[in-house]
Amino acid sequence: MKIKSQRDFASGLMFIVIGASFAIGALSYSFGDSAKPGPAFFPFGLGVMLATLGAFVLFEALAIETDDGEPIGGVAWKPLLFIVGSVIGFGLLLPRLGMVITLPLLIIVSALAGDEFHWPSALVTAALLTLLSWGVFIKGLGLTIPLWPVFLG
Amino acid sequence: MDLIANLSLGFQTALSFQNLAYAFFGALLGTLIGVLPGLGPVATMAMLLPSIYALDATPALIMLAGIYYGAQYGGSTTAILINVPGESSSVVTAIDGYAMARRGRAGPALAAAGLGSFFAGCVGTLIIAAFAPPLTELAFKFGPAEYFSLMVLGLIGAVVLASGSLVKAIAMIILGLLIGQINTDVISGVPRFSFDIPELTDGISFVAIAMGVFGFGEIIANLGKPAEHREVFTKEVHHLWPTKEDFKLAWPAVLRGTALGSVLGVLPGGGALLSSFAAYTLEKKIAKDSSQFGKGDIRGVAGPESANNAGAQTSFIPMLTLGIPPNAVMALMVGAMTIKGIQPGPQVMSSNPELFWGLIASMWIGNAMLIVLNLPLIGIWIKLLTVPYRLLFPAILSFCCIGLYTLNNNNFDVFMAAGFGVVGYVFYKFGCEPAPLLLGFILGPMMEENLRRALLLSRGDWSTFLTRPLSASLLIAAAAMIVIVMLPAIKNKREEAFHDAD
Repeated sequence: MKIKSQRDFASGLMFIVIGASFAIGALSYSFGDSAKPGPAFFPFGLGVMLATLGAFVLFEALAIETDDGEPIGGVAWKPLLFIVGSVIGFGLLLPRLGMVITLPLLIIVSALAGDEFHWPSALVTAALLTLLSWGVFIKGLGLTIPLWPVFLG
Repeated sequence: MDLIANLSLGFQTALSFQNLAYAFFGALLGTLIGVLPGLGPVATMAMLLPSIYALDATPALIMLAGIYYGAQYGGSTTAILINVPGESSSVVTAIDGYAMARRGRAGPALAAAGLGSFFAGCVGTLIIAAFAPPLTELAFKFGPAEYFSLMVLGLIGAVVLASGSLVKAIAMIILGLLIGQINTDVISGVPRFSFDIPELTDGISFVAIAMGVFGFGEIIANLGKPAEHREVFTKEVHHLWPTKEDFKLAWPAVLRGTALGSVLGVLPGGGALLSSFAAYTLEKKIAKDSSQFGKGDIRGVAGPESANNAGAQTSFIPMLTLGIPPNAVMALMVGAMTIKGIQPGPQVMSSNPELFWGLIASMWIGNAMLIVLNLPLIGIWIKLLTVPYRLLFPAILSFCCIGLYTLNNNNFDVFMAAGFGVVGYVFYKFGCEPAPLLLGFILGPMMEENLRRALLLSRGDWSTFLTRPLSASLLIAAAAMIVIVMLPAIKNKREEAFHDAD
């Protein structure tokens, strides 16, 4: 058996796994009966449906010929890690270090994800965006965002 | 005349200084993101959702609506000038628009797109005003069984008309519905799939999903692609006004595009994208001499551009009257209403008439603003085209992160969105279109509630969905849609229609 579409093969597996996990997870809630359906009712049905569709996608991936095998292709690790990492870092640091430090950090680290990175323009962007965000979100919209690090009081 | 009374109430609301300002801001921002490739209306609207906490419901929705139809205008500018559709709905505009620009006729192409869009926007607004009240009347006759069937139809419709694999799209809807199941069950009060994480018992915020999948996921995907080189036709845009001959060719195309777009916009799954594709195919089919299509035929710009704007307007109808979003953008509007404490549905028109009619009137005003923004000021937008992506994406990221944090003033949503960013990238890699997921997610809880209520009312009899005539016809329509799309002849046509655009 040869995989004829990598993308569909992978999505089929993904749908099966997620559908099955939801269906199995739903088993721990009450089903009720069809006159008085319980909380397990809808997610269980949907989970089974998703897994079935996933199996269908998987079958198609093995059965239907495609021109190029629809490869998934290489993973862009650098942008993936830098973007996701900088967002998580922002979430972790904002309550402790405040926007004045965290936001420029987010901007510079995320900018590293691109192919072209220049320190001067990254620093200027960081400074301008931090100023703008302060003006719009804190001054303008009056949102409560920690501005300075906790240790500065 | 009710229509006039309603519209005058709408204009009174929309013409207040505050609402005018927000309509203008929305239209401006919409044009901006339409011009900037790689930033769509879904991500932008999600980005702005936190800021609407500080606003009243009416200006907030007026602004969000402006972003959507403004993006249709801006998207055509980039499509014509650099062959990069700023929005997916401008993909077909790029074919003939860019060809016209290459021949030094960028001005007439932009004018045809702008004037066509304006005309379509005006008609679309009138259609909403005329058809919303009767549809609302009808919606009041709906019981839970009808609502459930309507949502099934809406969700199915949303995917049969889209491009790509149908099975995968349906699977994405169900995945969205399932993610919507992570919450506290409304009827029994049991927390589901929450793993004892208190934040999850309230359900995942749809802002986190929208920003993660459509914002972060897209940024990662964009950065993974090799940088594109753009050729901008800036010198050529001197003679904006089309020639007499252009007018003669373009105005019937505008009329046809508007008519087609208005109809397709109302359909579930319709909206700007589908309308523009269909209009291009139509223009090509009925033109006596179609040899110029692809080489710079003004009809290939005027038709689709009118259609996508008309479709963008009329896709508000199902959202406003039934509370059922036909596409991902409208799903965000429903989310925004919920944030402002308005239960979307047929009662909005009677309970919040200023909001309802003000929003509609603001669309006409917004369209008028857009034509001023886009045609005389085209030079400014052209300059913006040269903003490199490496400066753009950190800005998108910062606004998203701040927005996510301020949703609940805690960092949980930031982490959720980061997770969904990875998920969004996985979808991109696997070739799974994420828009149906968002629709499913928004409709999930409503759908479950209506299903269970319908079963309660019928004492567990499933046939209630088929014995109630309205519900039965909605379900039959949904089934028919799937069958028709599966037919080999139609299947090929459908692929062909989307293929034309590549």
